[in-house]
Amino acid sequence: MGFLSNLINGISLGSIYAVIALGYTMVYGIAKMLNFAHGDVIMIGAYVVYLAGSKAGLPPVAAVLVAMVACTALGVSIEKIAYKPLRQATSLAVLITAIGVSYFLQNIALVIFGANPVNFKSVVSIPAIKLFDGQVVISGETSTAIVVSLIIVIALSLFIKKTKSGRAMLAVSEDKGAAQLMGVNVNRTISLTFAIGSALAAIAGALLCSAYPILSNTTGAMPGIKAFVAAVFGGIGSIPGAMIGGILIGVIEILGRAYISTQLADAIVFGVLILVLMFKPTGILGKKISEKV
Amino acid sequence: MKTKSKLIKPYTKKSFITYALLIAVFTIVQLILNFGKMSFMMQSLLVPLCVYSILAVSLNLTVGILGELSLGQAGFMCIGAYSGALFSSLMKEAIPEAMVRFPIAILLGGLCAALFGVLIGIPVLRLRGDYLAIVTLAFGEIIKNICASLYLGKDAEGFHLSIKSAADMNMAPDGKMIINGALGLNGTPKDSNFTVAFIILLITVIIAYNFVYSRTGRAVMSIRDNRIAAESVGLNITKYKLITFGLTAFLAGVAGVIYSHNFSTLQASKFDYNMSILILVFVVLGGIGSIRGSVIAAVVLTLIPELLRETIGNYRMLFYAVILIAMMLVTSNSKLKGRITAYTNKLKGLIKKEKKGEIK
Repeated sequence: MGFLSNLINGISLGSIYAVIALGYTMVYGIAKMLNFAHGDVIMIGAYVVYLAGSKAGLPPVAAVLVAMVACTALGVSIEKIAYKPLRQATSLAVLITAIGVSYFLQNIALVIFGANPVNFKSVVSIPAIKLFDGQVVISGETSTAIVVSLIIVIALSLFIKKTKSGRAMLAVSEDKGAAQLMGVNVNRTISLTFAIGSALAAIAGALLCSAYPILSNTTGAMPGIKAFVAAVFGGIGSIPGAMIGGILIGVIEILGRAYISTQLADAIVFGVLILVLMFKPTGILGKKISEKV
Repeated sequence: MKTKSKLIKPYTKKSFITYALLIAVFTIVQLILNFGKMSFMMQSLLVPLCVYSILAVSLNLTVGILGELSLGQAGFMCIGAYSGALFSSLMKEAIPEAMVRFPIAILLGGLCAALFGVLIGIPVLRLRGDYLAIVTLAFGEIIKNICASLYLGKDAEGFHLSIKSAADMNMAPDGKMIINGALGLNGTPKDSNFTVAFIILLITVIIAYNFVYSRTGRAVMSIRDNRIAAESVGLNITKYKLITFGLTAFLAGVAGVIYSHNFSTLQASKFDYNMSILILVFVVLGGIGSIRGSVIAAVVLTLIPELLRETIGNYRMLFYAVILIAMMLVTSNSKLKGRITAYTNKLKGLIKKEKKGEIK
């Protein structure tokens, strides 16, 4: 039974990684850049939920909504200020800028909120589910994370397939120039991608800090990097891939922590990344991109 | 007939200016030290300054010359620090003379790091850009985590190793702990001093300049500028990438050894992601590809925050982040860059005009 509850916890953590990975994978697919700051947007989102919920006394759902709005604004302005001027620059320059933005967010949070971590009050009020006469307990946070991330993945897939803006996103990710010639507003589409990714980051922040309730300025960094691992694992640019990769990474991490070593759990996750990139760099559901001269 | 001075190539001049500058700074610092005018805090900064400079120069070989981003600098440093410190603490009795022991430790640490650099480089260097950056970051974290959960002890029966816990080693109770998990290594002999660190820095800079202006260096730069063209004229991309990556790892390992021999305790948690980013900031601010710039940036960016520690506090990292973004926007955005060049040209023109006016 211990294995089953570990597995469920792994799936739950993995679902949170999946929501974060969606932000990475969409931005990577469209803007062809690794948005290093995504993990820190999660942290900012969690702080906003904390301020709006625990400090200002808003109900949890309203607090998450406020955080989504705040993160959307943050994500879009990051894109406008830091990334848009560098659209023609080398990937090295863009990557260094993204690292700079990540560092900036971490340290501005340090200056504003201080170095002491805060105790995050869970936004979930669903009671725990008991299975097998209480041998396996699934907490409300766990089940909520799984359900919410499933809803998000399905909704996002539908959005991309069915709506005009969604199809514009697909077109831009396939070929920016051709999309522009067909009348797609590339800049607006990229902004929209950042907006959606950042709004999802706020949800991920609320879920993550509900499950692991210690919030500090570096809360987002490690989950962010692991979610990127998940996105690569599932195949970058693919939305179902992000979900599969996220859940696999979450399960590997929790099982590794339970059965191998607590301290080495992170090392195992990163080891998986190196193995994936060695043997199947395109990930589980990714497409191979051949380079044109 | 050409005079001898004209035969000096421009890059020789450039590198010799750097060597001269370094030696001049070293002499001045030594003079101040001899007159006892340096505060204790400044004295304690001398070795770290050299270490950071070595790290920045070595990272610049990968970022500036090869054009790939490596975020695993702290990982290589960690390997060097651990292997060097382990060697020194084991050989403390066997080789009591620090002048003999320390160079061996430095070479050993560097070679261990280079070995890992090449090992990780073979699969990883096929990747480019973002992937390479994230894998090197992952690698650095793996190294840090493994080092932090490493337990090594020695008793009458020999060595005991575990990556789980101290109890897992089955060591006799009278045994001696050498590496104690997250608490790290204790009792490393304090072999580093400013003179040694400076000599290693000078050697690093000499290696870097000679590498950049060698046949290999030019090949590496051609790969950076156009990989496909370089490949089509018959350059072995993987080989040159591995050489650069290995050299970067070697020098980072050397820096790690010096770092570990400057403190008596060594913890793996020091070598985290932030350390790698810090070195990257030095490289970017000093000018990507500029070796002299890396050293200057490492020194200035370490000194300023230390001197202003009380006034800036938490703002120090914020300041770095803003610098990083601003530098990238200014140097890589063609519009901004054009505007700034136009402005500086105008300024230069004004200065020239003024000078002409004076002559009249």
